[in-house]
Amino acid sequence: MHDDPSANPAVPAPDLAQHSEPVTLPTDRRKGCPFDPPAELTQYRDEQPLRRLRFPDGHIGWLATGHSVCRAIMADARFSSRKELMHDPHMDIGDMEMPPAAPGEFLHMDEPQHGRYRKLLAGKFTVRRMRLLTERVEQVTADHLDAMEKAGTAVDLVSAFAKPIPAIMICELLGVPYQDRNSFQEQAATIFNSDNLDDKMAAYTAIQAYLTQLVAAKRTEPTDDILSDLTESDLTDEELIGVGFLVLAAGLDTTANMLGLGTFALLSNPDQLAALRSDPSLAGQAVEELLRYLTIADPMLRVALEDIEIDGRLIKAGEVIVVSLQAANRDPAKYPEPDRLDLHRKAIGHLAFGHGAHQCLGQQLARVEMSVAFPALLTRFPTLRLAVPPEEVPLRANPGIYGVQSLPVTWDKE
Amino acid sequence: MAVTLTITVDRDRCVGAGMCALTAPEVFDQDDEEGRVVVLDTEPAPAHQAAARHAAGLCPAAAITVTATDTTTHQQ
Repeated sequence: MHDDPSANPAVPAPDLAQHSEPVTLPTDRRKGCPFDPPAELTQYRDEQPLRRLRFPDGHIGWLATGHSVCRAIMADARFSSRKELMHDPHMDIGDMEMPPAAPGEFLHMDEPQHGRYRKLLAGKFTVRRMRLLTERVEQVTADHLDAMEKAGTAVDLVSAFAKPIPAIMICELLGVPYQDRNSFQEQAATIFNSDNLDDKMAAYTAIQAYLTQLVAAKRTEPTDDILSDLTESDLTDEELIGVGFLVLAAGLDTTANMLGLGTFALLSNPDQLAALRSDPSLAGQAVEELLRYLTIADPMLRVALEDIEIDGRLIKAGEVIVVSLQAANRDPAKYPEPDRLDLHRKAIGHLAFGHGAHQCLGQQLARVEMSVAFPALLTRFPTLRLAVPPEEVPLRANPGIYGVQSLPVTWDKE
Repeated sequence: MAVTLTITVDRDRCVGAGMCALTAPEVFDQDDEEGRVVVLDTEPAPAHQAAARHAAGLCPAAAITVTATDTTTHQQ
């Protein structure tokens, strides 16, 4: 039984009439503004950082867009990540029920299940361990810059640089043969992006089969990598496959998009690009600002497990909240002139990696990769520029992770 | 005014994200097993106090507590 909110003086009066109409989730970015959140999203944040949202299936939940309220929701364990309790903010899945998280899919679990997996992995991705990879990242980056030079004076930066560098790193860490990554990447893309259910199922089956044989191989012949280490834990084969899928998919599709979209953003802000090129020691804070400015993984979903009062509103048990990290990271209440890319800004406190118990496990790896790759690229190619007009750069429509599909670039031969 | 900062952590809450070790490496580290916070310096010197406070504020699990005590001794 829930308390009557009107009986509690701490709970404010119902919504102001003009703000009570639920909105739908804005997803279309303005033409010519590939780096900015959809204009309506920004407008909603400035009007009301927590407001009612109508989901495609008719559920009336919430849209959180302000930095402080988004952070508070992500930090609060009374807001669950369990998949089976969610409503999809992008499409009506009809009578299909969201299944609970598969074994190992701890992104969609709460405590204590989530923590059991997370603690097995967190020690593998610490700040110290990831910094020890710096030399390896430098070497892999240099190899790809060499190959670009040899290729001539133009490449698609996504396939020549942005994708392979993080892919090699996560494959090596996890213990996945690098030559297998392409088929894995294709199948993962089908699972996440395809509208065809048969294709999705086929890709899912193929990935399961691949990871099943990989886990079996690690059990019989362990190598020096995370997946082999995990075979010594109490995780079942099924759980190992789930964890392997999650870590590999996350490692292949996140930093790659930051490198691609981030380079596009730098090329579109020549003064900022010049600042980073002339002072590579700016890389650490430049990466934080690019993370804030681009916030490619968005939105996050949470569901209230009980009635919760937050930011002066009452969220009822069962209501789903779309937490818009990209809107939060452009909140003028947190960052002055939020829509300006400013590499000298202290962007600390951004929510690009999320917040709370689920905050990105691989964030320290991503930081090392980006801190190495961006300055190395700019230093190697002083005349790097887009090879097409900016409006012709194809953007990803993926509702989970934003980026560029390809980034045609060119440079002058020395 | 001299201020002593005392750092305490709740390792059960810690989720091993590494924000503390990133932000205040002189004060915090992570263990190699579960990535959980290790306090290197429970009373950081003034030069590291601001970073320690930042780290506490950034912790995604609110596992770090910073207590400030005024330790100025008043001369007669």
